[in-house]
Amino acid sequence: MLMLTAGIERIGRTTLFLIGEMGRMLLFLLSTFAWLLRPPLRPFQILKQLHFIGFKSTFVVVLTAAFTGMVLGLQGYYTLRKYGSEAALGAAVALSIIRELGPVLASLMVTARAGSAMTAEIGIMRITEQIDALDTMAISPLQYLISPKIVAALIGVPLLVAIFDVVGIYGGYVVGVDLLGGNSGAYWNSLESAVEWKDVYGGIWKSISFGLIVSWICCYKGYYTRMSAEGLGAATTEAVVLASVLILIWDYFLTSVLL
Amino acid sequence: MSGKMSLAREVCSCSVTHHPSPITHHWFVAVIRLVGVEKNFGNQQVLRGVNLTIPPGKLTTVIGPSGEGKSVLLKHMIGLLQPDRGEVWVDGVEITRLRGKALNEVRKRFAMLFQGAALFDSLTVFENVAFPLREKLRLPEPDVARRVEEKLEQVGLSGMGHKYPAELSGGMKKRAGLARALVMEPEIILFDEPTTGLDPLMAKTIHDLILAMHRKFGFTAVMVSHEIPEIFSISDWVAMLKDGKIVAMAPPTEFQRSADQAVREFIAVGIEV
Ligand SMILES: Nc1ncnc2c1ncn2[C@@H]1O[C@H](COP(=O)(O)OP(=O)(O)OP(=O)(O)O)[C@@H](O)[C@H]1O
Ligand SMILES: [Mg+2]
Repeated sequence: MLMLTAGIERIGRTTLFLIGEMGRMLLFLLSTFAWLLRPPLRPFQILKQLHFIGFKSTFVVVLTAAFTGMVLGLQGYYTLRKYGSEAALGAAVALSIIRELGPVLASLMVTARAGSAMTAEIGIMRITEQIDALDTMAISPLQYLISPKIVAALIGVPLLVAIFDVVGIYGGYVVGVDLLGGNSGAYWNSLESAVEWKDVYGGIWKSISFGLIVSWICCYKGYYTRMSAEGLGAATTEAVVLASVLILIWDYFLTSVLL
Repeated sequence: MSGKMSLAREVCSCSVTHHPSPITHHWFVAVIRLVGVEKNFGNQQVLRGVNLTIPPGKLTTVIGPSGEGKSVLLKHMIGLLQPDRGEVWVDGVEITRLRGKALNEVRKRFAMLFQGAALFDSLTVFENVAFPLREKLRLPEPDVARRVEEKLEQVGLSGMGHKYPAELSGGMKKRAGLARALVMEPEIILFDEPTTGLDPLMAKTIHDLILAMHRKFGFTAVMVSHEIPEIFSISDWVAMLKDGKIVAMAPPTEFQRSADQAVREFIAVGIEV
């Protein structure tokens, strides 16, 4: 009996904590957006973040995209050949990349590279009281620190996804056509007839929302870091795990709405 | 000097509204007042009912054993921490429950030197000191450069402006943080151990600088320090925090003659060292 009440109590406490945490996260995002609308706009800060989140992630994104496209070309070619439809390779590669793999994999790479760094950067500023220093100067840390990162992610992630799509489709071409000897014209023709604007828009919407998820979760976890080195490590891990999981869940949800 | 005039005005209005009886208040009017402030972290009691009145335009030093909550006390004065119980007043405004814009209005009158300096590590020393001038006062660049260079020279960091905080020693960081606090020339400055980690000569230079700036601008200063006996010669008031309370507060000469056992022990050790 005692164990039962203790168990229920624990479930209750965890549930309350989770609800509280979700409330705090939402409040964090809403206040950041509220600050975003107030002057001063900080174009230089946004550019700096865009350089960090976007430009500096280009290399890993291109690398991931090339190999993803190539492996799709390889798998697709042999699978399709069994049914005598190698000609549809272009369509198969392009649709998987534009609809799913581009947005998801590019965002996961951004989470791993830029998201974790964001959490660590903000977390260190919290621990070394730099965020408190901003507060004492009556400068909102949400406006100065967080909102440029979120804006930069909203712009940067869709651009990275666009690069991923192009590189991935070429990767599939290199393997399916150049290496395995498929028909070049058929690759582009099937791609052109299969991919619709709807697919491209869907990919863009996904990448914008993933950009929001990455920057939001990673900034939040850094901002509320517990005041110790372990706290910082834990925050970084939690941020990357939570952002990645949310990206995958949200992807399923969006796909079911968009299809 | 308009800052000083507005300070004087607000002090007056404060005395009218919050100290209606001339008999109950001292010859000074509090610029910062803590009333029964209690603060716990988890189940650790840090402040247990602090009553403290910081006189305006004076240099008040808070001493006390390490880990007693002196930094926590300073953070309450500028609204970085909220008390669990009790009130914090700044010039007749209760800041305990202020948020956002209203709190920022109060904070604009403050500057704070953090114990760990809290320099922005993505900015150079120059940019750190220039930061409040650029962000808050929006001064034109030549003025910013002039004031920053002047402050850096006063804290003995001229020629170091291009360095990043990570490239500085602990004492240099402290001095850069001090320059950043002084550069705004605010009405109230909170110093959390401005000389810890400095050699005796540099500590004296910094004490002299704080004193000179204090005489020149007349700001209200609250300093946390372990520099006994040096603080007795520069402070107007000395207060001691012990067991989460202010156990004594007096001008330095009286303070040194204090009958309180804890005070005597604490300052005796400091003088022997
Ligand atoms: N943000 C916080 N969260 C939890 N505990 C805290 C926090 N800030 C301070 N404390 C605790 O409050 C106590 C007082 O800390 P504080 O930094 O004020 O001490 P101090 O008097 O300034 O000491 P020192 O002279 O060493 O600087 C310490 O035990 C510290 O662990
Ligand atoms: Mg301290």
